[in-house]
Amino acid sequence: MPVTVKTFTSTNEAAAALSSDRSARYLGGGTLVMRALNEGDISISTVIRASDQAMTRIVTSGARIVLGAGVTFARILAERDLAFLHAPARSIGGPAVRNMGTVGGNLFAPVPYGDFTVAMLALDAVVSVQGGLGGREIGIEEFLQSRDRQTGVLVLAISFAKPGSADAFRYRKIARIKPKGGAVITLAAHLPVNGSRIVGARVALGSMAPTPIRARAAERALEGRPLDTSTINAAAAAAVEGTSPGDNALASAWYRREIVGVHLRRLLSGQE
Amino acid sequence: MAKTPLQFQHNGRDVAIFVDGGTNLLVALRELIGDMTPKFGCGQGGCGTCSVLIDGELHLSCLTLAETVAGRTVETLDGIKDGPNLHPLQRAFADNFAAQCGYCTPGMLIAAKALLDRNPQPSRAEVVEAISGNICRCTGYEPIINAVLAAASGGRARA
Repeated sequence: MPVTVKTFTSTNEAAAALSSDRSARYLGGGTLVMRALNEGDISISTVIRASDQAMTRIVTSGARIVLGAGVTFARILAERDLAFLHAPARSIGGPAVRNMGTVGGNLFAPVPYGDFTVAMLALDAVVSVQGGLGGREIGIEEFLQSRDRQTGVLVLAISFAKPGSADAFRYRKIARIKPKGGAVITLAAHLPVNGSRIVGARVALGSMAPTPIRARAAERALEGRPLDTSTINAAAAAAVEGTSPGDNALASAWYRREIVGVHLRRLLSGQE
Repeated sequence: MAKTPLQFQHNGRDVAIFVDGGTNLLVALRELIGDMTPKFGCGQGGCGTCSVLIDGELHLSCLTLAETVAGRTVETLDGIKDGPNLHPLQRAFADNFAAQCGYCTPGMLIAAKALLDRNPQPSRAEVVEAISGNICRCTGYEPIINAVLAAASGGRARA
């Protein structure tokens, strides 16, 4: 069924159009919306686009990094200042998907996709959204918990504090097919250190629930402690707590629960 | 529903067509322009056989809204040969037996061209990475990788 395509030069107009039409979807890189249209999703009757350059800006100069929602993974891979995000960006799709897929769209990607969002969750990102009545900022965890109700808002950007050191942010995607493949599990950790102790630990997991989630029990095991063997073992043992993985063609829920601790141990101990 | 006029450059030639809203570029190329070289595989961005170059960048035409290429250049396998002469990559694929059923071949060649256009002397790992979004159902990856490396080492990959 043909759909109506509406292109706006301003994000305000695009957001207003998006919020006023329940059957409208915002088209970022196309990897989700076009796929749905190809599959005959009749719930989409309007496609909204915005050509506002703010959607594709990258700001790395200040204390906080800002990624426009329309920034592609290929652009992230081309930014030297974003080297710590190259692993999550490179882990997504093949080159064509990385040329098309966007940071904003990844927030809506269902399991086993959405790997970049796992990294954003570990970095405690804030999502800037624009609805029909104005803009607001929302923590990424809250955003993900209400993701199904966010289809009427336009995501403008994602921002987060740059990790204090290269070692503070870690990422790992477990896939059966390399270099490209859907995730069995995705793990990201941000471990700021004060002296020798971890302060403000965040561990995020993908494919361990319908949306990326924080491994809060593992975070508690890490908090205030040095990253030694006993701390890592405690965090690994707690990794499965609070998870609710599903079965899919890549792995069963049972398998995911069995291996999440193993891979968190490897991530935290720096093993390949 | 009214159709939308769309103009872009297809393999060096200006084209003007009318598309239905929501039409993807693959359908526009195959059904409205008659370029059958990009193939329909999965329609989900998973197989790569619909790969094309948009403004020189590798894209999946099945996931590209046709209207987004207005005023841009689209290059397909049909446009990479030089008149009657095969592109060096096409010749290398033939010489190295890199096609079995041939369904993935257009996408493989376009992905390989995207690589060689920016990196004329890739490593084996870089070739593997470059074609990682393209699925070969015949599992013929080794001769495909060898063909891309042969085209590169022959210095015949054009910019």
